[in-house]
Amino acid sequence: MAAAPAASLEDLTRGLWRENPVLVQMLGLCPTLAVTNSVANGIAMGVATLFVLLGSNVLVASLRTVIPKEVRITSYILIIATFVTTADFTLEALVPRIHAALGPFVALIVVNCIILGRAEAFASRVSVRRAALDAIGMGTGFTMVLLMMSGVREVLGSGTLLGMALFGGRFEPWVIMVLPPGGFLTLGIFLLLLAWRAERRQRVQEA
Amino acid sequence: MTTAHAHPSPAASAPGSGTPSWRLLTILSLSGALAGGLIVSAYRATLPPIEAHRAARVEAAIREVLKLPARWDTLYLDRGALTKRLPDGANPKAVERVFLGFDSNGNPVGAAITAGRPGFADIINLIFGLDPTSGTLLGMKVLTSKETPGLGDKIYRDSGFVRQFRGAVAPLKGVKDVSGRSQSEVAVITGATISSRTVIRIINEATARWQPLLQAYRAKATP
Repeated sequence: MAAAPAASLEDLTRGLWRENPVLVQMLGLCPTLAVTNSVANGIAMGVATLFVLLGSNVLVASLRTVIPKEVRITSYILIIATFVTTADFTLEALVPRIHAALGPFVALIVVNCIILGRAEAFASRVSVRRAALDAIGMGTGFTMVLLMMSGVREVLGSGTLLGMALFGGRFEPWVIMVLPPGGFLTLGIFLLLLAWRAERRQRVQEA
Repeated sequence: MTTAHAHPSPAASAPGSGTPSWRLLTILSLSGALAGGLIVSAYRATLPPIEAHRAARVEAAIREVLKLPARWDTLYLDRGALTKRLPDGANPKAVERVFLGFDSNGNPVGAAITAGRPGFADIINLIFGLDPTSGTLLGMKVLTSKETPGLGDKIYRDSGFVRQFRGAVAPLKGVKDVSGRSQSEVAVITGATISSRTVIRIINEATARWQPLLQAYRAKATP
């Protein structure tokens, strides 16, 4: 691992693109597929996950010498579940409409692999500062993918963006895009484009 | 982690680790209690705004399905009859109720009734306005549902479907194409047949149950 000063920027940017939790690590696919049928839902889910990720990473990093190895997963889950439950109540108190739209998926942030994965693989081994930067980077990377997915799906599937009609009355929405298959299609196309780009880059390097 | 261990680790604990059981138990119990405390405080802090939101939603829905009544009474179900007074000792949240609306001259305009049953995905809860004398519906609004986006959610997104319930006469009949011969016909949504038929069924069942109660209440109120 690199020295601390160089590591900070790297900690922050890694999650955005190069090690993006969804597009590269393939984590957190359940909410990525399930709640991206509208941009508002995508933003709310991204921000809620970022909050939980930041809270749990910071707490796991600061307690890393206290939590015994044997019960670390139990402790992480407990920390994560506490943050998720708090986020669930807070969202319902502050933005009841979005809370209703996200349905059970706020509570299901508990089982989002990104959060437990970052706690176990990163936050439990580094300083609080690095864990916090990592959480911000990963959380932002996750939110970014949710925005991209929900943007494509809402525009094509409902003909709207953030609820505003885009095409006038003649547009026939591709209903499938806001249904579960649309999530798989959109994510599949994103991954296909990324793989194609990586392959082409490799070929250029070889030539 | 300490390595000073007089005896080999018992089979139950992880090999190569020396955390004693009492320490694991203490840490887990303490963190459990701490997490519990935090969750309960968050619950207590957010409960008043959450309940206020829910009450405001029901109130707005009553206004909508009774076409802006001047005021309304809450009628509670007590031993098979409706009464304005909450039954003694009953939990106010557990007693079934309907809302009887009045116009500015004090004449009853109809009752708002909430009801639900499982739709295509999870339970559909809705509220509708009913004129108990004629069985005419005044309006319908879905309160909660998890119906499929783009298809089943048309039961509240499709204004054409929702509008049909204004002026329709219960018991309703779900049809593919409205013939116009009966005021009870409601056109179901193509692609959301189960969801739209569930809405009709909820209204029919709730009307069958509450209409006689409401009529009895009114007969008693105006002898």
